[in-house]
Amino acid sequence: MKFFIPIAVFAALIAVFLFSLNRDPSYVPSPLIGKPAPEFRLPRLADPQQTLATEDMGGRFSLLNVWATWCVGCRQEHDTLVQIAANYQVPIYGLNWKDNPVKARIWLKELGNPYVATAVDLHGNVAIDWGVYGAPETFLLAADGTVLYKHLSPLTMAIWETEFIPRMQSGSVQQR
Amino acid sequence: MGNRVHPAHAIGIGTTTVNGLRLAGIGLGVTVALALTSADRIWAIDASDPLVDPQQQTTYEKIINEVRCLVCQNQTIADSAAPLAADLRREIRAMVEEGNSEQDIKVFLIERYGDFVLYRPRVGSWTLALWLAPFVFLIVGGLTLFRVVQRRRSLPIDQDAPLADE
Repeated sequence: MKFFIPIAVFAALIAVFLFSLNRDPSYVPSPLIGKPAPEFRLPRLADPQQTLATEDMGGRFSLLNVWATWCVGCRQEHDTLVQIAANYQVPIYGLNWKDNPVKARIWLKELGNPYVATAVDLHGNVAIDWGVYGAPETFLLAADGTVLYKHLSPLTMAIWETEFIPRMQSGSVQQR
Repeated sequence: MGNRVHPAHAIGIGTTTVNGLRLAGIGLGVTVALALTSADRIWAIDASDPLVDPQQQTTYEKIINEVRCLVCQNQTIADSAAPLAADLRREIRAMVEEGNSEQDIKVFLIERYGDFVLYRPRVGSWTLALWLAPFVFLIVGGLTLFRVVQRRRSLPIDQDAPLADE
């Protein structure tokens, strides 16, 4: 018994360490999951006279992707976004975060534009409301505007298939 | 008199070296004293002017020193040079100026970034383990110590131990 307690404590510690080994310490769960998407209204990248607002994204499942030209991971995931836009009927909206709009337009021209519309968040105020802390971040929104899921780090088709598709009920989303 | 050896000579260094060392010492002392007494604003990342209302400035400083920068997680937003930290400082500043309380601002941040954003998380069902664990460890450690001491106390004293000459 006397022998057993330290060994049990040690084993428990090792179990905790092993479990934590695979956890990403930079991942912070979003408190927005299950809550209505934060309200915003921002000028559109393509035409600053027009605006993009939270309610424009409603009515069906949609994605809000936070990106910037200074963000390496965004370049990495861009092809995936283009691919999703081409193959799935889920509108992707962009939130261009603290970026140079001129550079952002060039980026979309060069790499292809997967976004239905991109909102320009020049000073990062809307990003704070969305709890954004590191681009790229991708939010999955329900038809009623509820935040269903947030993915941090570059998207891949594998992540799209395992994390996003199962969260969307059948009906409004099918592969084309 | 006369033949008193300067202590520095005794260990083989000249008086000039000693004076130099002394000067260096004084210089170091002054630097440390300055570093300790002057407002840390000199080194602060936050270059913004203080708020007009000193009370608000105190609130602002208190908050930014308790909010974690999520980009560089082991820094507060007061210490961090990350752009997000600057945005959050600006946001908090504006909220303080608008007359929001510390509590309001913390709730605002938690709603967006979660409990992790505060270095001193709220006491709640979710963080209870975090707050209570140190006390649990203290009690367990204390009890263990108490039991060990008790047991040792009841052990017979070793008569052969050479303690004193009797």
